[in-house]
Amino acid sequence: MARRSKSALVGRRLLQAAPSVVGIIIVTFLLTRALPGDPAVYFAGPAADENSIAQIRASLGLDRPLHEQFIFYVGDLLQGDLGKSLSTGQPVLDEILSRLPASLELTLLALIFSIAVALPLGVLAATRPNSWIDQLCRIVTTAGVSLPTFFTGLFLVYVFYYLLGLAPAPMGRLNIAFLPPDPVTGFFTIDALLAGDLETFWAAIGQLILPAITLGLFTLAPIARMTRGAMLQALGSEFIRTARAAGLPRRKVVLTYGLGNAVLPVVTTLGMVFSFMLGSNVLVEKVFAWPGIGSYAIEALVASDYAAVQGFVLTMAILFVVVNLAIDIVYTMIDPRVGIEG
Amino acid sequence: MNRIETTAPALEEAVSSAAEPPPEKQSSAWSQFVYVATQNPLTLVAFGMFALIVVVAIFGPMLAPYSPLASDSANALKPPSWDHWFGTDNLGRDVFSRVLVATRLDLLISVIAVAISFVIGGALGALAGYYGGWWDRIVGRMVDTIMAFPLFVLAMGIVAAAGNTVENIVYATAIINLPFYARVARAEVNIRRDSPYVLAARLSGNAGWRVLAFHIFPNALPPMMVQISLNMGWAILNAAGLSFIGLGVQPPTAEWGIMVAEGANFIVSGEWWLALFPGAALMLAVFTFNLMGDGLRDLVDPQRRT
Amino acid sequence: MKHTLDDPQTALLDVRNLQVSFKTRRGIVIALHDVSFEVGRGEMIGIVGESGSGKSVASYAVLGLLDRAGSVDGGDIEYGGMDLRAARESEMRDIRGREISMIFQNPRVSLNPIRRVGHQIEDVLIAHSQATRLNAKERAIAMLDLVKIREPEKRYHTYPFEMSGGMCQRVVIALALACKPELLIADEPTTGLDVTTQKAVMDLLVDLARARNMATILITHDLGVASAYCNRIVVMEKGRVVEAGETGTLFTEARHPYTQKLIRATPRRTSRLRQLLSAADPRADTVAPERRIDISADAPPLLAVKDLVKSYPVAGGVAGPGLLGRATRLVRGTKGEAEEGAGLFNAVDHVSLDLRAGESLGLVGESGCGKSTLSSIIARLIDATSGTVEFEGVDLTATPASDFARSPHRPAVQMVFQDPTESLNPRFTAFQSIADPLRRIAGVKGRQALGAKVEELSAKVGLPSALLGRFPHQLSGGQKARVGIARAIALDPRLLILDEPTSALDVSVQAVVLNLLADLRAELGMSYIFVSHDLTVVRLLCDRVIVMRQGKIVEQGAADAILDRPSDPYTRSLIDAIPHFQPVAGAAAPLSAAPPA
Repeated sequence: MARRSKSALVGRRLLQAAPSVVGIIIVTFLLTRALPGDPAVYFAGPAADENSIAQIRASLGLDRPLHEQFIFYVGDLLQGDLGKSLSTGQPVLDEILSRLPASLELTLLALIFSIAVALPLGVLAATRPNSWIDQLCRIVTTAGVSLPTFFTGLFLVYVFYYLLGLAPAPMGRLNIAFLPPDPVTGFFTIDALLAGDLETFWAAIGQLILPAITLGLFTLAPIARMTRGAMLQALGSEFIRTARAAGLPRRKVVLTYGLGNAVLPVVTTLGMVFSFMLGSNVLVEKVFAWPGIGSYAIEALVASDYAAVQGFVLTMAILFVVVNLAIDIVYTMIDPRVGIEG
Repeated sequence: MNRIETTAPALEEAVSSAAEPPPEKQSSAWSQFVYVATQNPLTLVAFGMFALIVVVAIFGPMLAPYSPLASDSANALKPPSWDHWFGTDNLGRDVFSRVLVATRLDLLISVIAVAISFVIGGALGALAGYYGGWWDRIVGRMVDTIMAFPLFVLAMGIVAAAGNTVENIVYATAIINLPFYARVARAEVNIRRDSPYVLAARLSGNAGWRVLAFHIFPNALPPMMVQISLNMGWAILNAAGLSFIGLGVQPPTAEWGIMVAEGANFIVSGEWWLALFPGAALMLAVFTFNLMGDGLRDLVDPQRRT
Repeated sequence: MKHTLDDPQTALLDVRNLQVSFKTRRGIVIALHDVSFEVGRGEMIGIVGESGSGKSVASYAVLGLLDRAGSVDGGDIEYGGMDLRAARESEMRDIRGREISMIFQNPRVSLNPIRRVGHQIEDVLIAHSQATRLNAKERAIAMLDLVKIREPEKRYHTYPFEMSGGMCQRVVIALALACKPELLIADEPTTGLDVTTQKAVMDLLVDLARARNMATILITHDLGVASAYCNRIVVMEKGRVVEAGETGTLFTEARHPYTQKLIRATPRRTSRLRQLLSAADPRADTVAPERRIDISADAPPLLAVKDLVKSYPVAGGVAGPGLLGRATRLVRGTKGEAEEGAGLFNAVDHVSLDLRAGESLGLVGESGCGKSTLSSIIARLIDATSGTVEFEGVDLTATPASDFARSPHRPAVQMVFQDPTESLNPRFTAFQSIADPLRRIAGVKGRQALGAKVEELSAKVGLPSALLGRFPHQLSGGQKARVGIARAIALDPRLLILDEPTSALDVSVQAVVLNLLADLRAELGMSYIFVSHDLTVVRLLCDRVIVMRQGKIVEQGAADAILDRPSDPYTRSLIDAIPHFQPVAGAAAPLSAAPPA
């Protein structure tokens, strides 16, 4: 049996990401060329005449044939140039980079929350079919994917901010009474801890908690569902029967033999979960006025700011490719069968 | 090639099928439905709610007590009452009427979108699964490119690029759903391509397209139906999400997503009914489709029940 | 039905009046009615029965491994004086693996796929405090050595997917015996393995059992295996023990009609086709019709296969997923050979053969020998890489397989598939399945003409016409096999390829189907190519036999001659591996009869 080394496999995975990136670049280019509104008119300002508009169009390269524009676009990308935002005049890359940590902090916390809840829930449900915890899991998974994130968010705001007054106003990452900590990672919580400023830390956590739960609730369902399904399947496998017939303790059977195998399909679905997360992120940011790249994109959409929208879609897609790569690599590391063909 | 004997997980099946010949049934599909319905009454509830949603979608405008667009500034922001079951919004419009009327639009967007992605995605996937080779590579590359984007973000991009209209919401939703059907169809066709009954069909003189259309596809259809039901809910959520961020459906049209967006501003001041009722309607519709999808899955494939 | 052991005090396991039922979709099904048997220390008993007999259920009940749907409703299970029904789960856990172990069929899936085999053995040792973390590895390696796995230190680190089925079963045995249990339950331990591997695994099992004086329950569908290895045999049918007794006397003096039927249906070296049928069948023990149509040497052959090659790219990530999927499916089971050497691998390697009109040719070999690929090429379902298939002088390979459905030669070559369930479209009724070729090729139109023709065919294969409206899942295995045969003969083929047509059927059904095939051949004058792994079955139906290995023909000749005097060493090992079932008085000196490995 020909086995490939793990590092060769990881290398091949990296190569396989290349066509995806090319596809992404082509699609984002085509999408924004079709965006309504003429950036040249916008840049030229309301008082401009035909002539100056044409001049600006030429300076932006918008009068060239499509394939030439694409080459310029790719060239700019290679230099890290995503163009300038129409509405702010700032380079899109800078704006996105400055807002990205806010989105990442929210997404990661939500992911941790949903995995921490979903994994045990799915395992417990699978080991006790038709018990109350199984019914709970069933309800949570079906209701979870049925909840519109923006609606959950508003509901939580109403209950915890308006009715109970437990949560701070849904207005961004930090109450204006606090100064943002010195940026190291860009994550307010971690930066506050690094600065030893516990008060700011708790304030940042307070702001984070509702949006993170909102986002986490939505992704909790697919993870719990998958865990339960994979776990049921693993526990029904013949090797589990062998393990039981050999008298292995229940813990060993369920965790090492059952969960060890069940975790593999769960890892593969994490890609899909991330796709949902990055999408719902936009909605959650709008609800909580979260200054991440999602709300940046919404502002850009309203203003038909093509470079900004393009930059946003591109960033999200690249982020997603990276996440998928990471998932694939983790999978390659934990499943010994990867590397055997056929 | 060896004997296939029963294994312990299949013990129950083996035991129950031990008595031969098996009893003849009137309609096995129906008896299975009855079984699933009694085992999981929620499925029955889901089918009931689905019927209700369809009725409201068709007769909504007739059932609505008020015009969904008629504003009445004297009666603005009134909480739910006997006159206005779901209260009134900031323009004094009756929320109940708006929620009812919106059903048709929301359902229509997702039904058309899912139909498009089912037909195109299913056909492409089936061809890729059956013929393999170039078909497979092209369809695979296409699907991979779509899936390389976070799907909602791609939908945003498409609507932003193609223009802020309802049709474009439909197309965007169709495009982001397409990979699911293509994948399911490809996988289901592929596992059956070399199965003995398909080979037997070829021996019986069925041409390639006939094998695909009459022997493979009907057997691959049930899992795709499950996918449809599960996807409908997701399609509704996506369309509503797009209008929530201001894409597609424009005010003053009654649509659940945009109604929640309009109501969002009043949540912090305590006027909860503006956002709650359209949001709840949205949730109920999605919940119905998801429950139905689970029920259908049990019906189609009891083994894969999760 | 009860029977007594000479001295009940010595019984290690005593199962009395066991009742087990399962909750199923169709209500509660009683799986075991009043089942009793016992096993003495060091004794090897066989529990024999066809599918649905409940032969495995009793053992699962003994170990408390019934799934949630099953429950023990009555009876006693006593092990070494301990009431197992009353035992708590924690007590049962101590018993499992340490006192009573069990091994299963499908060794490949019986091991945790992502855990090194050595660690899996260690888990068992540690669970029963038979080893500590310090010496567990050493003990695990010793176990691997005990089950005759070469280079145990190296194998300790491998994963199940890196081993062959036979190797995996050895690991499962090592796992089961690690804690030196008193009783081993082996549930179809060799089903799914190749015949030569089967013999090696069984011999190993028996040697170990004897060396450790370990009692063994062998659950099997194969009377041949049971008679070769067991002291005593319990015969089960539909959840009841119908007969039990010493191996020798049971086979010579079987009293119960079911046992008699089973004994008759099990093919042995000298069986004739009609002898397999149940004594109640009017055709039993008559002479099967023979129809030898002009097998003279000078007549032109019906089929001439010349220098046929089918190669597949060796999996290496070059081919696209679609192509790869198909290739791996066809060469499954040959991975070992396939992946050594780079580039191409020949599933069929320069094979030539002739078949005369009316002749019946057996194609024999173990899984992965290329016999199925070869028959698929002859049936024009897949294309060959090179070489020709001439049928009545016409080269069939001139038309690609994908277009062959419309070839004028399509009706002439037909096929019956291995698994009767898989070979029927689940959405077609029996009628639709049989009518399909009539509609597509014979052009039979109109309800009446079609109906008449289908009824005629179903009468020929002995399928009651009342069953024609049923879907496959409403038919029994034997009935499905008949539908498949009716469909295959609908177009009056000159050549019928039978791809393991009975290997998924119970022996009693197999006996009936084999006889049907012989009758049809005589009646319709077809030629057969009978593909099988089982030489004793092939011999019943075939005049001539070809033995294949690794894509090549290793031996061919008259069936009886090959079976009696094989010239090739591989053929000999194949024949030696078949457990010869010879129920004559005195033949059962089972354990000592097993030749050393």
